[in-house]
Amino acid sequence: MNIMPKSLQDKLAILADAARYDASCASSGTARRDSRDGKGLGSTQGSGICHAYAPDGRCISLLKILMTNFCIYDCVYCVNRVSSNVERARFSPEEVVTLTTEFYRRNYIEGLFLSSGIIRSPDQTMADMVQIARTLRERENFRGYIHLKTIPDAAPELIEEAGLYADRLSVNVELPTDASVAAYAPEKNPSTIRAAMADVKERHTAARDRSHRGRRPRRFAPAGQSTQMIVGADGSTDATILGQSSRLYGDYRLKRVYYSAFSPIPDSSARLPLVKPPLVREHRLYQADWLLRFYGFSVDEITSTRPDGNLDLAIDPKLAWALAHRGLFPVDVQIADKALLLRVPGFGTRTVERILSTRRHRTLRYGDLQRMGALLKKAKPFITLRDWTPGALTDSADLRARFAPPPEQLSLF
Amino acid sequence: MRTVPLPRIGTWEAWRDAARALMAEGVSPEAVLWDWDGTDQANLFGTDTPSLNPEAAASPITVPKSYLALARTVVWHSDPERFARLYAFLWRLRDRPGLMADRGDVDIARLRDMEKGVRRCAHKMKAFVRFRDVGQEGPRRRFAAWFEPTHHTVEPTAPFFTGRFGDMDWMIVTPDVTARFEAGHLSLAPGQTKPDLEEDDAEALWGTYFRNIFNPARLKVQAMTSEMPRKYWKNLPEARFIPELIATADARAREMAARAPTLPPVRAEKIQTRLAAACISAPMPESLGELCGQMAACTRCPLHAPATQVVPGEGPLDAGLMVVGEQPGDQEDLHGRPFVGPAGQLFDRTAAEAGLDRSAAYVTNAVKHFKFRRTGKRRLHQAPNRDEIDHCKWWLDLEVRLVKPKLILAMGATALQSLTGRREGLLKRRGRVEHSHHGPVFVTVHPSYLLRLPDEVRRAEEIDRFREDLRQAARLTA
Repeated sequence: MNIMPKSLQDKLAILADAARYDASCASSGTARRDSRDGKGLGSTQGSGICHAYAPDGRCISLLKILMTNFCIYDCVYCVNRVSSNVERARFSPEEVVTLTTEFYRRNYIEGLFLSSGIIRSPDQTMADMVQIARTLRERENFRGYIHLKTIPDAAPELIEEAGLYADRLSVNVELPTDASVAAYAPEKNPSTIRAAMADVKERHTAARDRSHRGRRPRRFAPAGQSTQMIVGADGSTDATILGQSSRLYGDYRLKRVYYSAFSPIPDSSARLPLVKPPLVREHRLYQADWLLRFYGFSVDEITSTRPDGNLDLAIDPKLAWALAHRGLFPVDVQIADKALLLRVPGFGTRTVERILSTRRHRTLRYGDLQRMGALLKKAKPFITLRDWTPGALTDSADLRARFAPPPEQLSLF
Repeated sequence: MRTVPLPRIGTWEAWRDAARALMAEGVSPEAVLWDWDGTDQANLFGTDTPSLNPEAAASPITVPKSYLALARTVVWHSDPERFARLYAFLWRLRDRPGLMADRGDVDIARLRDMEKGVRRCAHKMKAFVRFRDVGQEGPRRRFAAWFEPTHHTVEPTAPFFTGRFGDMDWMIVTPDVTARFEAGHLSLAPGQTKPDLEEDDAEALWGTYFRNIFNPARLKVQAMTSEMPRKYWKNLPEARFIPELIATADARAREMAARAPTLPPVRAEKIQTRLAAACISAPMPESLGELCGQMAACTRCPLHAPATQVVPGEGPLDAGLMVVGEQPGDQEDLHGRPFVGPAGQLFDRTAAEAGLDRSAAYVTNAVKHFKFRRTGKRRLHQAPNRDEIDHCKWWLDLEVRLVKPKLILAMGATALQSLTGRREGLLKRRGRVEHSHHGPVFVTVHPSYLLRLPDEVRRAEEIDRFREDLRQAARLTA
């Protein structure tokens, strides 16, 4: 047992390490603020800024730390669960405030993402987190971004206060089905988590309504809420996972659902798989998520291309869908409607906007599409233009093989 | 040939005024040489530089707004051709203003590429400038940074930094332009060589953070370098750790996976038993809170899965009247309270008019979870089936046994079925008291039935009848 008090360096090492399994680091979509008046520190704009990238390819935008990694819960997939022998530490509220402002002044970060293990009781933990946010906003006049992870069972007054200081609140649903949550996170209750998300949604909506005098209430978590699901720790299929996300987007108006490929953790529980799932699965889920939100696809369409309800790991979901529905292709780019253009592999939303605006003026050619940012290598079997026709390519038997990488690239290490 | 000199600081305003004057005079693009900050060698040929007519510079020419926004960004690109390209495109735009919308045009495609390059450079500058503390003189803290931008982005990006670091003095030194912010005032000066800035204590902490937020089990070097290209590394304090992190990642991940799971620490068991003791549930609830706790864990029928939460009844346990509706709707599901949606509001209004005090009654539903069909982002109400009603009857029975009301008000066919076992003939049975094994049940319609009536007159009549029913129920329990 270590009796010496830990230095700030040691604590930061332990509590950053403990926070790294949370995928979210976004600092976007909040209200605009700045400190032009010279009385405060920080600003926010529409889009976030990634101040650095770690070699895992993840953006570092916020100071993402745990207040403490002591925890009374025993969620099997979590490195901080009570039964793990990981080293423990706890920041004082003052230490978190200092780290945040000093990092911010040096332009290392956009703000703070604070999470915590559950100590003593949910209310106590949440109250400590709210105190940190309050000190930042009221004493330090900090106007940068704050993301607080809320504790589902905490008292409503605490959630209310948290939403007034934070730009974004989040609760993790952790696993895609209620049964998996019950099996892997025994102290967590899926219905409490949903109720917490519904509560945040209601407060967020209520804070947008003007009173009968036209006065606007204080904004509640202007950047909305997000959540995270761990992929690959339980046996859920991609169809189940995407079904759950589309439900979360619809029912609770979530801004983002993050997918985190289950990563083997130090001192992991014997009940978990020790092999990591391929990271490409996480990538395909994000692609599918985008198709759901911006491309007009439904969950069934995306997941029906394979009988086992999982996404094709070798090719992206949009291409997989197009290959399974070749009867709809090739599409005439000059006259096809927007919904159909969005379904062409290799065309993004921007490319489609550009096609629509340009074709009002003149006939499009192959070279135009290249300049508009289309990925023609993917798109060309599925489109026709005045100077391009795919001929038999659209229906050729080896079309999938032209896109899928040779199988040996999919090995696990 | 006309040569137009452009300054390094204030390039945009100078170019805009010159372009305006040249257009007004009808000078074609081939006849113009743009000399930025005295770097254009064309001057050697000794062409004359007639000054621009100031009146022509002020004369209005119309260009699409989108062109203005494009030009305003492209002037900061490092390509020496930028001014000529912008002017040549402006010349073409004179006859074809629709050209701005043509994303396939070669010239506009090139200009948009340049715009993207400048935007990216400005964005990277916002991200990768690293300030160092240079000590305090006076009330404001002072910081300085050295940065090497790809394009001339200091001037257009400086307002971002003044908006962000309003309460401190700072200086961003670059080989191109130096921005200085002191006591709330921004000034720009020509670039300088790299100043000697002492290492900052916070950099060690930042390095610790950077090393520990990295997860060695998911190495993706290319994803990192495409967003944080190596050319920026030399001025980033955290970048010195990258090679080591990459080199050891694989070994660390393997070691993590190979290490056998350890036994839980001793304190884990103690904490777990204490936690478990707190939430053991009793078989027969003695209070409403206890009942709600049990209800929240209900999985008797499949409705619990898609719903947000269980919606238990609410009201005093010694209530004389118990009101039973059908099931929670969208709003009730989100709030976790019965009768708060549109139908609930109609009930509250009518009850108040009928002299029925809702707060003195126990209000609940026959089915405790919201049943719905999802269409897009909307959730459409669906009536519960016989099975679901039967499963949920268990909870309604417990509520009746806890509250022991003098009278139960059954609203709608679902409530009627759950309480009396028979749903048929609702409209014939309404307005009367029936006897069930729960005691007397007063029958009426569900308020959502009233909301669905399309005919205004008919609805007003039906609301009157409903109010009459409520008045009678209030009288019977008075």
